Amino acid sequence: MTYDADTLAQLRKDADEILGRYPVQRSALLPLLHLVQSVDGYVSPDGIAFCADAVDLTSAEVSAVATFYTQYKRRPNGEYQVGVCTTALCATMGGDEIWRQLSDKCGVGHDETTADGKISLERIECNAACDYAPVMMVNWEFFDNMTPDRALRVVDDILEGRDVKPTRGPNKVSTFKETERVLAGFEDGKVDEDQGVGEPTLVGLKVAREQGWKESK
Amino acid sequence: MTDLTPVLSATWDAEQSWKLSTYEEHGGYRALKKALGMDKADIIQAVKDSGLRGRGGAGFPTGMKWGFLPPDDGGPRYLVVNADESEPGTCKDIPTMLSAPQVLVEGVAITSYAIGCNHAFIYVRGEVTHVYRRLMQAVREAYDAGHLGKNIHGSGFDLDVTVHAGAGAYICGEETALLDSLEGRRGQPRLKPPFPAVAGLYARPTVVNNVESISSVPAIIDRGVEWFTSMGTERSKGMGLFSLSGHVERPGQYEAPLGITLRELLEMAGGMRGGKKLKFWTPGGSSTPIFTDEHLDTPLDYESVGAAGSMLGTRALQIFDETTCVVRVVTRWTEFYKHESCGKCTPCREGTFWLTQILKRVEGGQGVDADIQQLLDTCESILGRAFCALGDGATSCISSSIQYFREEFEQHITDGACPFDHSASALFEVTESTKATEEAHA
Ligand SMILES: Cc1cc2nc3c(=O)[nH]c(=O)nc-3n(C[C@H](O)[C@H](O)[C@H](O)COP(=O)(O)O)c2cc1C
Ligand code: SF4
Repeated sequence: MTYDADTLAQLRKDADEILGRYPVQRSALLPLLHLVQSVDGYVSPDGIAFCADAVDLTSAEVSAVATFYTQYKRRPNGEYQVGVCTTALCATMGGDEIWRQLSDKCGVGHDETTADGKISLERIECNAACDYAPVMMVNWEFFDNMTPDRALRVVDDILEGRDVKPTRGPNKVSTFKETERVLAGFEDGKVDEDQGVGEPTLVGLKVAREQGWKESK
Repeated sequence: MTDLTPVLSATWDAEQSWKLSTYEEHGGYRALKKALGMDKADIIQAVKDSGLRGRGGAGFPTGMKWGFLPPDDGGPRYLVVNADESEPGTCKDIPTMLSAPQVLVEGVAITSYAIGCNHAFIYVRGEVTHVYRRLMQAVREAYDAGHLGKNIHGSGFDLDVTVHAGAGAYICGEETALLDSLEGRRGQPRLKPPFPAVAGLYARPTVVNNVESISSVPAIIDRGVEWFTSMGTERSKGMGLFSLSGHVERPGQYEAPLGITLRELLEMAGGMRGGKKLKFWTPGGSSTPIFTDEHLDTPLDYESVGAAGSMLGTRALQIFDETTCVVRVVTRWTEFYKHESCGKCTPCREGTFWLTQILKRVEGGQGVDADIQQLLDTCESILGRAFCALGDGATSCISSSIQYFREEFEQHITDGACPFDHSASALFEVTESTKATEEAHA
């Protein structure tokens, strides 16, 4: 491992906290992999060695797990992971067009990163926001009801170093590494930030209120 | 006309609805206090009597599942909440956890108490950062208020809750794959039996339930079985979230008694986009056989949807109008299954690969007459032979779409091209180059 002493000390401290959440240590492996991505921006050889050491597995065993899951990256990831949903419903509603325009704009294809390291582009599968189709995710925050223009603006902002704001989520999208730290289970103080509940989420409730319907009795 | 019945969604428009204080102002944690004064067996009986069935897709009776746990042997037993929500079309658990995570945490506490669990897990898919933040805070706030932790409200009952993020794999929604994943392994399904009730997490007795199932428990305990059973149909009790997506005027979450129809829901949703004609839809996600406009009046309950040849699944109503090419949609769903197949068994791993090859060829206009029969034969070789329900589910949209729209498949083959203009089904103008890319892709 080539981590410097401070990085390693912090990693060990975080790993201990993660291990403390589970009755059996191997369960900590997925969050530990998120943790190493928060430091290295991907699952690095060092990260694999670190995880193997933390949960008493071989590096091969850790690699076998890491390669199963699409969120673990095998190459240094862009600062922003931009995913366009192209599963059937989003694709039909316009996701394919958004994908093509973003890919043109960034000059990269699926699972590739722009030369400046800003954006990794990905065609993603259904992200459980179908009522907001077409959907895009940036570092796993929701960008709902996208159009090609709106999506291009988000990408422009990222490429030019401006903050981007999701439609449901915090006031600004964190970097890939910061996001991975949250996914490792460390709160970042952004939980109460909110852009208002989206219309599709409230639509049924609104109809019920207008009609004066209540759940029975 | 069936009325909507907002129960889980009732507080979603409240100011900071995700906070514990908001939840408590609306009666939150009353049910937990009541439950802690009840006999455990009575809680399980109440959930049995309520008729609550699993809201994660399979519809297994929830109380009965809890009842399958072997008698206490002094060792640990676990509750694992399935918050992996990844079935295409399904988008109900994510808004629930974003807007009202506390109802899930209260449900976890009551369920854990009832089944004798002292450590529960919430396995949430990794691709929803803000949802994970809300869940972590909900659990932290519940600890601080004494709803979780040691000796909860003086009852002597201890409960720890761990919120765990996955890392991108649809198959981890399958309950045994989820358990392997939670144990830090590749998320591949396990052979059943033994069922999780007997040997689940760490080979200990385990209950796996969906977010919406567990979130329904507090209301059942608080307001009673009779209240719950007054909603729904004879054998499909209670309310559920119906998620409308696609070509409708107002897509979104409609919480209604089971048994409501698509015709009723569409009326509330302002009808089809631009007054166009309904072509096909899924009643319960992409793994459930598609329906057409023949099924507008099919009551959306477990029995009626089953009798009509599909499954209620997750009530994920993906709705497509007459502008949509069914071959294109089915091809894309099949690519999803190919991508998500965990590779453990041959019928699914190889079958989804070949199905995708054939479908892409048909969609792109290079199909041959024998392809349609080949698709049906391949589906038949997968169905019932796959190791888990992912493989079976992959065949549903293919067989059902050929059943209802065979001529459309044939037309792609005889015309040598897709007869549809894809830009007509998008919400905005689609440029010529996307059409060209799609053809190249096909
Ligand atoms: C491929 C596949 C994916 C699944 N995904 C989910 C899911 O994301 N959430 C869920 O609750 N159930 C999912 N299920 C169903 C679970 O296996 C299980 O039946 C369910 O979690 C049980 O909870 P319930 O009885 O409360 O519905 C999936 C099943 C399969 C075969
Ligand atoms: S059916 Fe598919 S997902 Fe299920 S075990 Fe077999 S290969 Fe894996």
